[in-house]
Amino acid sequence: MLSFLQYLISGLSLGSIYAIIALGYTMVYGIAKMLNFAHGDFIMIGSYVIFTVVTTLSGGSIPGLLVAIVCCTLIGVTTERIAYRPLRGAASPLAVLITAIGVSYFLENLALLVFGSDTKSFTPVVSWSGLVLADGKLRIQGVTIITIIVSIVILIALQTFVNKTREGQAMLAVAQDKGAATLMGINVNRTISITFAIGSALAAVAGALLCSAYPSLTPYTGAMPGIKAFVAAVLGGIGSIPGAMIGGLCLGIVEILSKTYISSQLSDAIVFGILIIVLLVRPTGILGKNIQEKV
Amino acid sequence: MKKFKTIVSVTMAAAMSMALLTGCGGSSAPAAPAASAPAEAKEEAAKEEAPAASSDATFKIGMIGPLTGGAAAYGQAVQWAAEIAVDEINANGGINGYQVELKCEDDELDAQKSVNAYNTLKDWGMQFLNGSVTSACSIAVSEETKIDNMFQITPSGSAQDCTNYDNVFRVCFSDPAQGTASAQYIGQNKVASTVGIIYDSSDVYSSGIMENFVKEAANQDFEIVSSEAFTADSKTDFSVQLQKAKDAGAELVFLPIYYTEASLILQQADAMGYDPIFFGCDGMDGILTVENFDTSLAEGLMLLTPFSADAEDELTQNFVKTFQEKNSIVPNQFGADSYDAVYAIKAACEKANITPDMSVSDICEAMKTAMTEITVDGLTSVGMTWEASGEPTKTPKAVIIENGAYVTAE
Amino acid sequence: MKKGLSKTSLNQLITYGIVIAAYIILQALRSAGMMTSHLAGLLVPMTYYAIAAVALNFCVGILGELSLGHAGFMCVGAFSSAIFSNVFKETLPGGLRFFLAFVIGIAVAALFGFLIGIPVLRLKGDYLAIVTLAFGEIIKNVLNAVYLGKDSKGFHVSMTNSMALGMEEDGKVIINGAMGINGTPRDANFTIAVIVLLIVLFIVQNMINSRDGRAIMAIRDNRIAAESVGINITRYKMLAFTISAAMAGAAGVLFSHNISTLQSTSQYFGYNVSILILVYVVLGGIGSIRGSVIAACILYLLPEMLRSLNKYRMLIYAIVLIAMMIINWAPAAREMRERFFAKFRKEAV
Repeated sequence: MLSFLQYLISGLSLGSIYAIIALGYTMVYGIAKMLNFAHGDFIMIGSYVIFTVVTTLSGGSIPGLLVAIVCCTLIGVTTERIAYRPLRGAASPLAVLITAIGVSYFLENLALLVFGSDTKSFTPVVSWSGLVLADGKLRIQGVTIITIIVSIVILIALQTFVNKTREGQAMLAVAQDKGAATLMGINVNRTISITFAIGSALAAVAGALLCSAYPSLTPYTGAMPGIKAFVAAVLGGIGSIPGAMIGGLCLGIVEILSKTYISSQLSDAIVFGILIIVLLVRPTGILGKNIQEKV
Repeated sequence: MKKFKTIVSVTMAAAMSMALLTGCGGSSAPAAPAASAPAEAKEEAAKEEAPAASSDATFKIGMIGPLTGGAAAYGQAVQWAAEIAVDEINANGGINGYQVELKCEDDELDAQKSVNAYNTLKDWGMQFLNGSVTSACSIAVSEETKIDNMFQITPSGSAQDCTNYDNVFRVCFSDPAQGTASAQYIGQNKVASTVGIIYDSSDVYSSGIMENFVKEAANQDFEIVSSEAFTADSKTDFSVQLQKAKDAGAELVFLPIYYTEASLILQQADAMGYDPIFFGCDGMDGILTVENFDTSLAEGLMLLTPFSADAEDELTQNFVKTFQEKNSIVPNQFGADSYDAVYAIKAACEKANITPDMSVSDICEAMKTAMTEITVDGLTSVGMTWEASGEPTKTPKAVIIENGAYVTAE
Repeated sequence: MKKGLSKTSLNQLITYGIVIAAYIILQALRSAGMMTSHLAGLLVPMTYYAIAAVALNFCVGILGELSLGHAGFMCVGAFSSAIFSNVFKETLPGGLRFFLAFVIGIAVAALFGFLIGIPVLRLKGDYLAIVTLAFGEIIKNVLNAVYLGKDSKGFHVSMTNSMALGMEEDGKVIINGAMGINGTPRDANFTIAVIVLLIVLFIVQNMINSRDGRAIMAIRDNRIAAESVGINITRYKMLAFTISAAMAGAAGVLFSHNISTLQSTSQYFGYNVSILILVYVVLGGIGSIRGSVIAACILYLLPEMLRSLNKYRMLIYAIVLIAMMIINWAPAAREMRERFFAKFRKEAV
């Protein structure tokens, strides 16, 4: 029983990381209706910025995080302006997906040139070692607790922002119907820029926590967590902010438990298998709304 | 709509011709007239042109490895070390009086692209191949070098099948050699009686060693209590694998993996308060050089490695110094293997009196015999010799990390 | 009506013409010794990626469903045919063996397409895409863990390691887990690859202009309207998806018979490869079969031709990709083009 609990906690720590990445993902995904494949690479860039500030310039973790948030926001907004905005209103929504892949290649190879291919060991932003329960049989890492708290804070902040502020309402309107939003006097370009700014700033936070929990940094650090977070966002229901959080936690727990009790070799297959089953039972994800088809 | 399509095709055609031009420019410019002929195996033509051009002819060594993508760190180490070796050789008068040229090509860890890279190098006029860096790529390329009868030495392709053909040699240990040697070392020195394994099931190198380790473990006096895998798609969280080894009571955890993942495993084991003996193979070398890594976590780590960057001998120290000056990182065994590969080529060329005007096939034939006759004092071993099968004869050295440095274990 | 028909068949003929002309030119260059061995080695991969792109375009452009799992179908096609070829390496003559390898690879990929299509096609849009991605990853992950051996008693399968196969002395390991399949006979060549491409083009183009094809496109354009005129939605969707998977399988057969090693790892059959094929499809034009072939060839060649740029190669590739996408797809860029051509036409008149 105790060991099951320990595995559950491990699942929670992995899941909390997926969740915090998925929150940033779902922001852009739900409102701009585009799959930003480069989101994982924004995370990687954010982590490198923190690493540079903390290790090379020996500044503290907090200034590092702040610089990273500024950098990621700038990169996010610039990317949107240069690579994504020209394709808004293209004949197919896939066009911008492909550009996002181009941006992803670009950022990875840029990082390879600038920071080098060798692995860097990241100094955790969270230095608290965590809780030890039941005579040392149960351990909860500090970074896990912080990540979950930060995710919940972000979740509440985002929900409040989207539902209570003018800008947030504008986002919801843009998400529903860009044309109608324009007619209502909403500046669609500005709204989407703000969405990207928020999503990218969250990427910096997620990068800090991802690399604190798993402190190894290469130009490809963000790619796989990014795609897993995307899966989590879909699992939770596209566009649903609480859904992203729940999806992330579920994915992490399922991944750890399947590794533990079924097979560590086949855990990827099992995780994806469960995703398929969930989507077949609930075709719009855990918290997704079922939209009736109009004739 | 039709116009649009025309435009599409025009843009594409333009892009393509541009690409073709840059591609051609790059490959044709450095090719000396004498050297391009043997590349196409036109031996007669080579013989006719050779005498005139021999004074400024050069040896051409090609290198293939992942220079971009997730494995770029390994490919770049091989590239940089080969560059250092070639610079040194050229500064000291070259091989048999001829200067050496080096050209490195990227394969992105993809066997097909490795073959593409090989073909590019062939067009350039390569006479010796130092590559590929990884096993699967090296096997795929060896099918090509076999057909062309091109001399190939892989610095770090450790799978058994890498040296299936008589024109292929290697510098590193083979997977079977490492797996078996690790199991024997643990058994004979009674390092532990219960062993857990954590390996990368999606990686050829890691699975290869693991399999041979398990095979040999049956003959040894210890028990494998847990064997857990991870894959390239889920290699951040190792809590389950560690927890299982811990619950099974493993005194020693065998890690036949690269240091990148191993550094994470050590950190996570420390966070969960698990402190077994960790035991690695040559892929573990480099763990102390991970930038900003807390080396106290690696205290007591044992590994079988042919190379250590802080060895006292002059050769290693000079190499490490030059490597650090040029690339601001400490070299690992990939670099050391590559450096030795270039010097093995040099030694064999001198043994057989090979000259650049010989055809690729003649060079290869001469090298096949010469390789078995030479002895190289390299970074990865003193007195290295090769068998005709392509395997190097050198013994793995067990080291233990104490106070952040390698110490030879008894 | 008659005029319309001749126009489509002319359009088809142009596609075949381009492929055959390219083939003749390239073969002539090669036999004249004017082609670098680098380019010669790229011909087969270029062709099988073109086939994969046509297969995916059939799914994305004609059926209208985004699949991110086509690399998985390539993977099963590659593995099943490579197993066959390895088993009968000594016993069957090359030509017949390769033909049968094709039949097997295509059949197995089609079977997977059919089985996966049953659950997948009940979903819509992004959810469908993510489930195909999931299936692709499952195929890759499971094949990575399989050990298959053959001895005098027959086949042995294991999911743990090659020792667990329990084979006799004469046994031969065919799939060695992560190490995959080694030593597949290299039966593929450019001529065969081009023939397969032509067959695939023939099937797709005729399919599009057939009754079935029109039904499939009707479903893409308006599912409810299509249903109301009595089109069996499930049947046609399954048909199109299965055909698309089978063609991706054919690309897989060429893949595994062009190189001696075959592993089920991310760089060959992961979701990123599915996305790479999607890049070909989108850049070439969704629904434009000819565009897919051209785009696949160009984008496969591009990073290879940029080799002289060394470490800047992939960076430049990324920039070119983004630029090409914006030039070809951005509404503003299109408008500019149209204005330019309108002016051009006026001047010509």
